[in-house]
Amino acid sequence: MKVGVCLKQVPATDTRIRINGDATAILTDDVKFEINPYDEFALEEGLRLKQAGKATEVITFTLAGADADPRIRDGLARGADRAVRIDDPGLAGSDALGVARALAAALKAEGVGLVLCGRQAVDGDSGVVPAMVAELLGAAQVSWVDKLTIEGGSFTAQRAAGGGVREVVQGALPAVITCDKGLNEPRYATLPGIMKAKAKPIAVKKLGDLGLGGGDVGAGAVVVTHNNMGQPPARPAGRMIGGDAASAVSELVRLLRDEAKVI
Amino acid sequence: MGILVYCEFENGRPRKTAAELLQKAVALGAGPVSALVIGDGDTSSLGANGAATVYQVSSPVLGSYSTGAWVKALAAGVKASGATTVLAAASSVGRDAFPRLSARLGAGLGVEVTDLRNDGGKVVGRRPVYGGKALVDVVINSAVGLFTVRPNSFPVGAANGGAAAVVAVDAGLSDADVDVKVVETLAPASKSVDLTEADRIVAGGRSLKSKEQFDAVLRPLAAVAKATVGASRAAVDAGYAGHSEQVGQTGQVVNPTLYIALGISGAIQHLAGMRTSRVIVAVNKDAEAPIFQYATYGIVGDLFEVAPLLQKELEKLG
Ligand SMILES: Cc1cc2nc3c(=O)[nH]c(=O)nc-3n(C[C@H](O)[C@H](O)[C@H](O)COP(=O)(O)OP(=O)(O)OC[C@H]3O[C@@H](n4cnc5c(N)ncnc54)[C@H](O)[C@@H]3O)c2cc1C
Ligand SMILES: Nc1ncnc2c1ncn2[C@@H]1O[C@H](COP(=O)(O)O)[C@@H](O)[C@H]1O
Repeated sequence: MKVGVCLKQVPATDTRIRINGDATAILTDDVKFEINPYDEFALEEGLRLKQAGKATEVITFTLAGADADPRIRDGLARGADRAVRIDDPGLAGSDALGVARALAAALKAEGVGLVLCGRQAVDGDSGVVPAMVAELLGAAQVSWVDKLTIEGGSFTAQRAAGGGVREVVQGALPAVITCDKGLNEPRYATLPGIMKAKAKPIAVKKLGDLGLGGGDVGAGAVVVTHNNMGQPPARPAGRMIGGDAASAVSELVRLLRDEAKVI
Repeated sequence: MGILVYCEFENGRPRKTAAELLQKAVALGAGPVSALVIGDGDTSSLGANGAATVYQVSSPVLGSYSTGAWVKALAAGVKASGATTVLAAASSVGRDAFPRLSARLGAGLGVEVTDLRNDGGKVVGRRPVYGGKALVDVVINSAVGLFTVRPNSFPVGAANGGAAAVVAVDAGLSDADVDVKVVETLAPASKSVDLTEADRIVAGGRSLKSKEQFDAVLRPLAAVAKATVGASRAAVDAGYAGHSEQVGQTGQVVNPTLYIALGISGAIQHLAGMRTSRVIVAVNKDAEAPIFQYATYGIVGDLFEVAPLLQKELEKLG
């Protein structure tokens, strides 16, 4: 079985955000990019499945320009066998559904049996692409998995289902799994890994290769637009409560009760 | 036309988010408001909170959540209602099902919105991105627009609407729709409100120094404050608290009315998870800790001294 890992590059989480002139996106000229932290869990899980003999091949899938190649190489250096990068001028302006259509088409073309994604990309913090991909592939989906077992054509996964409740779920492959913290400890690339990665292919796919056209992806197919991007409103200046601990605490409780009215 | 609110139920009763979203839908004034209920449950309060019609999908396969059955039920409900805007809580169900529903219907989806407005008859969302470092409008260009809304984004007022007509919707569900089966449910050690929906959170950081002290100092305070426990990544990585308790960019994003941070420095990735909290209390022995820049109330002090005192004061309030 081939395992597909959806790998996205995102601004490092400590990036200072600057907004572009028409308030639709951030400026990325001097932003440092990293592999989305959750996608590192996804990649690691794919590599472990291969080591355990459950996967024949681990292929990463990225929809991005060539500027993402260093992150894709990092994935190859950690152990992915090869990479697919989807890049076409016709993709410009795609929304999440457009991205999902392109990823689904590429995953389908490779005949991937298990798709591992991150829980969310920490740029838009959306967490929507994987379920869209699952729908487009007609595959089962499980969100926020932190324990996964593959046996034959089926999977068993553990997930946080809200309210502190954990669920153990089972289903048949093909499936799209979104990976959460706790699933594993991602490995780093080793020097031999980095050397080996230089010989591994990054296949660039165009829309035509994927059987997609303007009605499916890009600005012409958009159902969601983002605009009017701005800074969050500044929080009103807070109040420091002085005095010894006992008096500070009773003053705090008074303020929470009488001023903020939250207790 | 109008707004359909998917109302989640727990133990046969609507969750708080149902009232929150129904009342907001009415306030938006963008056409008739209806509710969608999946499974059985007491729908009587939905009319009072503003729904004129309740669309209800019942089936034996809706006992426990499965993506396949829910998305099919949601799609049938949306069709039956004829609504042009659909709201749901950004809960575990909303987050899992709505992106798939969006792909099935070809309907635009805005997720994790913290505000909604009526822009000349069209419902527009606003949401944080980049860990809350920016906000952006989400505008839908398709015939039907879907939104998931972070819990606690809107206040709940008095329920003074009327009674709703209940319409049964047949989604044509069968066992085959349960694509992923729940084979075991592991209940939490102590039942508390989900972090993402919690109204109050008491969170601790690396400064708690051990799991024993986290359990002995932080958890009892949280219990007395009727709050859910949260933790910084440093505390989670050190094993003081569970992964599901981590607040931040690579943890849970929370939106409570009261967030009490004990011995948390306020790193940018932690702020990403809690900066929209209405009231933030910070206790830190370092007066320069960044968390104080976001705190509504700050105390410079030793948490091992402050936490027990706070617990006592709150006990007095009952
Ligand atoms: C990609 C990435 C993702 C991340 N995601 C997250 C995330 O989701 N959530 C998260 O929280 N972090 C996250 N981090 C980590 C983050 O950068 C910080 O390292 C972390 O939040 C620090 O946790 P802390 O505040 O508990 O510890 P510290 O930063 O060590 O702060 C401890 C604080 O406690 C105070 N203190 C010590 N003793 C006492 C005492 N007795 N009484 C009172 N105060 C005391 C100190 O003055 C200090 O301010 C992420 C980092 C990266 C790189
Ligand atoms: N452009 C992309 N290229 C590759 N994978 C992506 C892309 N966008 C999203 N994904 C995958 O989908 C997950 C969730 O992304 P999102 O829905 O954007 O929060 C990510 O963690 C990735 O695994």
